[in-house]
Amino acid sequence: MRQALLASYTLWLREVVRFLRQRSRIVGALGSPLVFWFLIGSGLNRSFQGGPAMPLQGGYLEYFYPGTLALILLFTAIFSTISIVEDRQEGFLQGVLVAPVPRAAIVVGKILGSTTLAVIQGALFLLLAPFAHVQIHLADLPALVGVMVLVSFGLSGLGFLVAWWLDSTQGFHAIMNIFLIPLWILSGALFPASGAAGWVRVLMLVNPMTYGVSALRRFFYDQPLASEPPFRLSLAVVVLFAVAMAAAGTVAVRRKRGTP
Amino acid sequence: MTILVPAVEVDALRHRYGTRVALDGVSFVVPGGQIFGLLGPNGGGKTTLFKIVSTLLAPSEGTVRVFGDDVVRDPAAVRRRLGVVFQHPALDARLTVEENLRHQGHLYGLSGRPLGERIVDVLSRVRLGDRRRDLVGTLSGGLQRRAEVAKALLHRPQLLVLDEPSTGLDPSARREISQDLSELRRQEGTSVILTTHLMEEAAGCDRVAILDRGLLVALDTPVALTAAIGGDVVLVTTRDAKNLAERVGRRFTVKAEVVDGKVRIERDRAHEFITDLVESFPGEIDAVAFGKPTLEDVFVHYTGRRLEEAAQ
Repeated sequence: MRQALLASYTLWLREVVRFLRQRSRIVGALGSPLVFWFLIGSGLNRSFQGGPAMPLQGGYLEYFYPGTLALILLFTAIFSTISIVEDRQEGFLQGVLVAPVPRAAIVVGKILGSTTLAVIQGALFLLLAPFAHVQIHLADLPALVGVMVLVSFGLSGLGFLVAWWLDSTQGFHAIMNIFLIPLWILSGALFPASGAAGWVRVLMLVNPMTYGVSALRRFFYDQPLASEPPFRLSLAVVVLFAVAMAAAGTVAVRRKRGTP
Repeated sequence: MTILVPAVEVDALRHRYGTRVALDGVSFVVPGGQIFGLLGPNGGGKTTLFKIVSTLLAPSEGTVRVFGDDVVRDPAAVRRRLGVVFQHPALDARLTVEENLRHQGHLYGLSGRPLGERIVDVLSRVRLGDRRRDLVGTLSGGLQRRAEVAKALLHRPQLLVLDEPSTGLDPSARREISQDLSELRRQEGTSVILTTHLMEEAAGCDRVAILDRGLLVALDTPVALTAAIGGDVVLVTTRDAKNLAERVGRRFTVKAEVVDGKVRIERDRAHEFITDLVESFPGEIDAVAFGKPTLEDVFVHYTGRRLEEAAQ
């Protein structure tokens, strides 16, 4: 057990150190959702005001704020798992695979690395909350970060699961965009389910990200939105998704031994 | 140290990638404490064998045991005994040498001060002590390879497995790696398996297995392998090698082959034979060379091709 923890720890640490040594990654990961939030939020702000599906006082920029937080977690968590592909190309991964380490420890270490990066980016975005007229109770902060960790863990796990089978970073970008855009658009981050068409609502219902967004959103408003799943259900789905992704990742690592 | 249990036992090993056969029933034993070379052209099956021994690949058929532990059934036990040096670097270029070794130590259950001391030890062994705070990306190819070896030695493996350790290195860096390995075997009794397509590297091994097209074609000490060919090797340069080879074969009842555009004959007392040869085919022979057989000749002897040819 000690060895498994040590292995996870060291893989996690390496992920964070590598990230901090590449400034451009920090700027890119934080910058793009910020631009997104400001442009889309400002653009749609008027159109959404007072609609029946938009019960918030603060308008769309406020509705969109937790959605942007989810977007940041999603982008950072998933795109940082590109390090699996890089590790494979650069040869580092093979050195890890021949070490006497439980495969689950490798998966958890890598996922935790991506999770950490996502949560750091998310936390930086939280610092901007006052400028968006979004209020977060300080007492809620630890729980909010906890939910951010769980959401990011599941998304990193999804990223790991896909990245594990790919051997080019171009392929990674192509495949991940297929996942990312629908996951995010149909999560309630961009628009609430209550105003959507029936089939969109069904897709939103089965999208695990919906529950992540909903769990995150709970910390920003005093009243839950009518269209959202209850907090406990959201949290349960988020945890289940995280565990399932880590388990699937471990199975994937154990399976891939027959290829050249 | 257990000398009695072989370092590696390979038994009836087969591996296929789809329909391509990479290993076609290979068996051999590597006793503990030896430096064992797997010699062969690229595509001959060496790297597949390397991957199976290092637990990265499960074979289609057959077994491999490392100090008695089966690589498929008990990979974790095998991994603890193995130090692996890959052909493509497995170091993180964005981290320093020391950081790389620290991560490696953690993966093998080492930590804290014992790990720190061990890092100093292995780096001084490969003469990299003064570069330990440098980013790996700033080291030359030879130094990176030495850092790889240091990394593989960190947990005191019983068996060091190296895939083409000297590929891409200049001759002096090659010699240094080979000296490091000999010293390691002498001082710590570490067994070594290395794959190579370089004759000079194979000649430095205690025993050499020659792999070609997935088959083990010869296995012995380099001296015994060359001695088995017997006598000398004669190479004849001529315009029509194929034609001359046939006639030489008939005239002297020897095996004359065309290898790399030249007629090649294995023959005792070559200096006398050459006189007869030149007199028998006046005007047809442009040049004749002869010498004691090398491992290259051993490879040609068993496969009918030169190593470079075989790789294509």
